[in-house]
Amino acid sequence: MTSLLTIYGLGVRYDSRDLIRGLSFAVRRGEIVALMGPSGVGKTTILRVVAGLQAFDSGQVIVDGFALGPGPIPAESRLRPLRRRVGLVFQAHALFEHLSALDNVTLALRHVLGQSRPEAELLATKLLAELDVGSRAAAWPRQLSGGEAQRVAIARALALDPPLLLMDEPTAALDAARRTGLGTTLRRLAQQGRGLLLATHDMEFARDYADRAITLASAPPPADAH
Amino acid sequence: MNGAGAAIGCVCGIALGLLTQHDQSRALVWGGDAEGGAPFVEADPADPSTVRGFDVEVAARIAGGLRHGPARFVQVQWSNIDQSVERGDFALGLSGVEDTPVRRTRHAVTLPYFEFREVLAVRTADQDRIRGLRDLRGRRVGTLGATIAYELLLAARDSTGIIPVSYDDDVHPYADLVAGRLDAVLLDHIIAQRALKRNGNEGFVILPAAAAIGHYVGVLAKRDSALRDSIDAVLREAMRDGSLEQIFRRWQVWDDSQGALFERVLRPGAGGGTTAGRDGAVAAAPSRALAYLPSLARAAGVTLLLSFLSMALAVLVGLALASGRLYGPLPLRIFTTGYIELVRGTPLLLQLFVIYYGLAGVVRLPAFLAALVALGLNYAAYEAEIYRGALEAVPRPQLEAGRTLGLSEAQILRLVRAPQALRYAMAPMTNDFVALLKDSSLVSVITVVELTKQTAIYATNVGSWVVPGLLCAIVYLAMSLPLSRLARRLERRWGGRSS
Repeated sequence: MTSLLTIYGLGVRYDSRDLIRGLSFAVRRGEIVALMGPSGVGKTTILRVVAGLQAFDSGQVIVDGFALGPGPIPAESRLRPLRRRVGLVFQAHALFEHLSALDNVTLALRHVLGQSRPEAELLATKLLAELDVGSRAAAWPRQLSGGEAQRVAIARALALDPPLLLMDEPTAALDAARRTGLGTTLRRLAQQGRGLLLATHDMEFARDYADRAITLASAPPPADAH
Repeated sequence: MNGAGAAIGCVCGIALGLLTQHDQSRALVWGGDAEGGAPFVEADPADPSTVRGFDVEVAARIAGGLRHGPARFVQVQWSNIDQSVERGDFALGLSGVEDTPVRRTRHAVTLPYFEFREVLAVRTADQDRIRGLRDLRGRRVGTLGATIAYELLLAARDSTGIIPVSYDDDVHPYADLVAGRLDAVLLDHIIAQRALKRNGNEGFVILPAAAAIGHYVGVLAKRDSALRDSIDAVLREAMRDGSLEQIFRRWQVWDDSQGALFERVLRPGAGGGTTAGRDGAVAAAPSRALAYLPSLARAAGVTLLLSFLSMALAVLVGLALASGRLYGPLPLRIFTTGYIELVRGTPLLLQLFVIYYGLAGVVRLPAFLAALVALGLNYAAYEAEIYRGALEAVPRPQLEAGRTLGLSEAQILRLVRAPQALRYAMAPMTNDFVALLKDSSLVSVITVVELTKQTAIYATNVGSWVVPGLLCAIVYLAMSLPLSRLARRLERRWGGRSS
């Protein structure tokens, strides 16, 4: 199976110290990989680097053939191919507060893919239904429970059908039943051929649902962490 | 004593001086407006802490005749002389105070000591076409607000269709006449002659025919009629012994009509009231109150229209400034920051003057447009800071979420950032709009008659601020309260709104 995400020799400096040094690993299609480690070790930073939200200092990141190099973040227009390849679910979900759940999902379909409103709403309704929040389509983000908001955020991240899905601390606000539900959902997404990279310090969840775990140690990190 | 102690001592001294200024019972305290200038009352160029002018000398002559101590001058805005004399700020108001029936009913008024003619000034090029008020149909005619001349213009508006334009001072009407903003100015002949002299005897001419005759009087509080009778006696004596004539001759305002006035006043059995030629211009008080309601409504309309248009301009320019400050290249960021600091750091009043009078040589904006531009550009600076703050208050993950979805920066601004920022901006914008509604009262200094100015005119004419002030406050509240409520409702609704 070919790698969907390849990280080679990644180095990120922060406040003139090495936060991440020489990190290399890969995520294949159909695979769930958990990035483990204590807080402050750089898990979220790695997700942000892959999502093109943060610059890095050395190494290379390749997402489904699209390569990111060290240095400043490229202009948004040059990152377009990356945006279609990577979906990110933020830890606090970051749903657009001024839009309904449905409109959160249709936004990119309409304004990035140029779909008509009915077309986008049809697809978004289907996505929300698949994630068991179809009945909450009209709700505002502040009316959603933590679990519901997370599912809407996953639906939003999947709207452009990216092969790679990144999730930051997905179980942080979930009770036991919800964690099981989320695990099942993630397995289903992986079976559809997506690669999933989760930043988590929930060892139990990683053991139950991830195919592999990459443990990051506190600085200075090992040269090769996989 | 150290610096701070000296400063405190100085402030205390000034405060004590202000508090005790009424306590000089020996002096005849009289009030006038030195801003009105020569030949009435002006700051003495040789010693600007003292005043000079024919009214100053008349006051001194009265004080001498009353065997009082010296006459002591108190500065008061011309349009507030009546109110201040009733308040007891001074005993006698003198400063080209006009003799009107309303003033006679509300205050104790001396006998007339000077006769003036209301004269029209027109541009030199127009002197063959314009010979009187009736030739000015549909034209703009300026004068000082709350004067007999203004009453004449209001009456002429109904009969001949001229457009009266009210000023707060008697200098700018002539400047605007020369600049082409006005077609004529109607004012006392002394003021017109002074303006012509100041202008180097060119630019406009004074028409020989008088539109009306009026008289200057002294005004005292209603309760001071005994003092008024004593002053009348002194004035008669000054007319008889020639000292009043000498004063007027010294100030070059003596003419034959003054001699005739003195004769009429000194004739046995002559009363004080010789307000010939303009009684029709001033109606009785009760009907005046009602008569002012339509003009108050019209002025409220001006305030509302001006406020809405200025706010619209402020919002547009404010958005542009905020975007420039947040997204623009360095030179644009420097420019917008400079603009915002300059506008917020200088008084709106100054900006009004600069835009209306200062720029007149470059672009001659009509008064309403100048007011709109000044208010709009001033509030734009405040709006810009509100929008910048609101845009910066949108959490970063919201913007990053937009980025990971592939939205362009422009789309993020339009679809994510601005709609959320709008909610944060609603409350301060409402506050600003209510403030603008009230600040719009400043534009009366550039001849726009809005609600507060109309109220001041109304109050001067009825001689009391109680009813006009209450009415004015009610109208302002009626305009601002629903706006605050509407904005609060919008703020609540925008807690969740579709794109």
